[in-house]
Amino acid sequence: MADIISVYGKLLLEAMGQTLIMAFYSLIFASIIGLIFGMLSVLKSKVCNVIAQVFVDIIRGVPMIVLAFFVFFGIPYALKNFFHSTFTFTALQAGIICLSLNCGAYMSEIIRAGIQSVDVGQMEAARSLGIPYWKAMQKVVLPQAIRTMIPSIINQFIITLKDTSILSVIGFPELVNAAQNVIAINFKSFQVWFLVGVMYLIVITILSKIAKALERRMNRGRK
Amino acid sequence: MAVNKNNVKIHVSHLKKNFGHLEVIKDISTDIYEGEVVVILGPSGSGKSTFLRCINRLEEPTGGEIIVDGQTITDKKADLNKIRENIGMVFQHFNLFNNLNVLQNLMLAPVQLKKASKEKAKEEAMAMLKKVGLADKADAYPHQLSGGQKQRVAIARSLCMNPDIMLFDEPTSALDPEMVGEVLQVMKDLAAEGMTMAIVTHEIGFAREVADRVLFIDDGYIIEEGTPQEVILNPKEPRAIDFFNKVL
Repeated sequence: MADIISVYGKLLLEAMGQTLIMAFYSLIFASIIGLIFGMLSVLKSKVCNVIAQVFVDIIRGVPMIVLAFFVFFGIPYALKNFFHSTFTFTALQAGIICLSLNCGAYMSEIIRAGIQSVDVGQMEAARSLGIPYWKAMQKVVLPQAIRTMIPSIINQFIITLKDTSILSVIGFPELVNAAQNVIAINFKSFQVWFLVGVMYLIVITILSKIAKALERRMNRGRK
Repeated sequence: MAVNKNNVKIHVSHLKKNFGHLEVIKDISTDIYEGEVVVILGPSGSGKSTFLRCINRLEEPTGGEIIVDGQTITDKKADLNKIRENIGMVFQHFNLFNNLNVLQNLMLAPVQLKKASKEKAKEEAMAMLKKVGLADKADAYPHQLSGGQKQRVAIARSLCMNPDIMLFDEPTSALDPEMVGEVLQVMKDLAAEGMTMAIVTHEIGFAREVADRVLFIDDGYIIEEGTPQEVILNPKEPRAIDFFNKVL
């Protein structure tokens, strides 16, 4: 084990860096997507609700590995055939698109449920005072909704971090992809996969501890 | 303060409200005057709360017209938020903003709607809290208050917008019996100051004492209307007689 760490440790750490970069950007975009579609699904508009529902259903109904192949190979192929374009995604771009869409769909469900968990009386009271809808949403409903959403959001973020490993199939040099390359050279699959597992475990444990601390802080002094 | 019959504060004509196929309000017309305290009584499910919630359009009326202070609130183009600033509403379940403390609850609307500077809003909020006897609870969160205290804060919150009209939707129905009195007292004080009030309640005693006029609603219509003396003590309609026999 020690020899693997000394020879490939740096390479694997760099790969972990790539994993974190992809997860970081994906989580930012997923939060934006989630907020937009979450809002669409709580608005009093059938059209908006349906748009949000269709988006969630499609993403939930397609395995992410298929989405990854579709975005990375399928879209450039279609552009080339129909528009004679030479456009291609980098593996990082395609990966961020897939993860953002995937995580965004689940986030939008979390946000919808969070907003709906706030008693309608809160919105009614704000509106009865003459406060406009969006202002009431921002000052009264969302702050309460976020507190119930946080555990689910943290959970979703962790799942997304782990899902970066799926993007190894389109050749993005994240941790799993790097590990496969290492094993192709030294054949020590037990040691390498064990090491990779421990690396994920450490990173995710640290992140969830930070998230828990954050959650406690937000709930401080409140019931 | 006396009722000013020359100034109609709330004009309701031929109000209708359906929920799907269910006709909750069939045809209600009435005028509420400046300084008048109107208590709305009736059995559960008769449409009294819905009627009240149509006045500030928390419920979208199916038909008819409501004019509040000269502005037609049922008009699709009405500036709903502007009109609502002038109509306070108190709910059965208080609906205090749970993420804000008492003072912030009172200050939110005046500050956000730029009715007052932060300092001025705070000053007025403290004055309102003093008025409802809760100045010492300014920093408390809603979950730290008793039901009666919550409702008094909710009334104070509405008053911070300086409304001309106050609507009360069963303000004491969710309270423990020993807390009903403190809320009714605040409402009596308001009535004595000349506030125009429309109150849905089951407190018959309160209605007798405070109401200028009582509306008895059943099955989507006003079936009796008059002074508390006339409606509560000498009802003429069989359904009203039956109701008051049971509750008195």
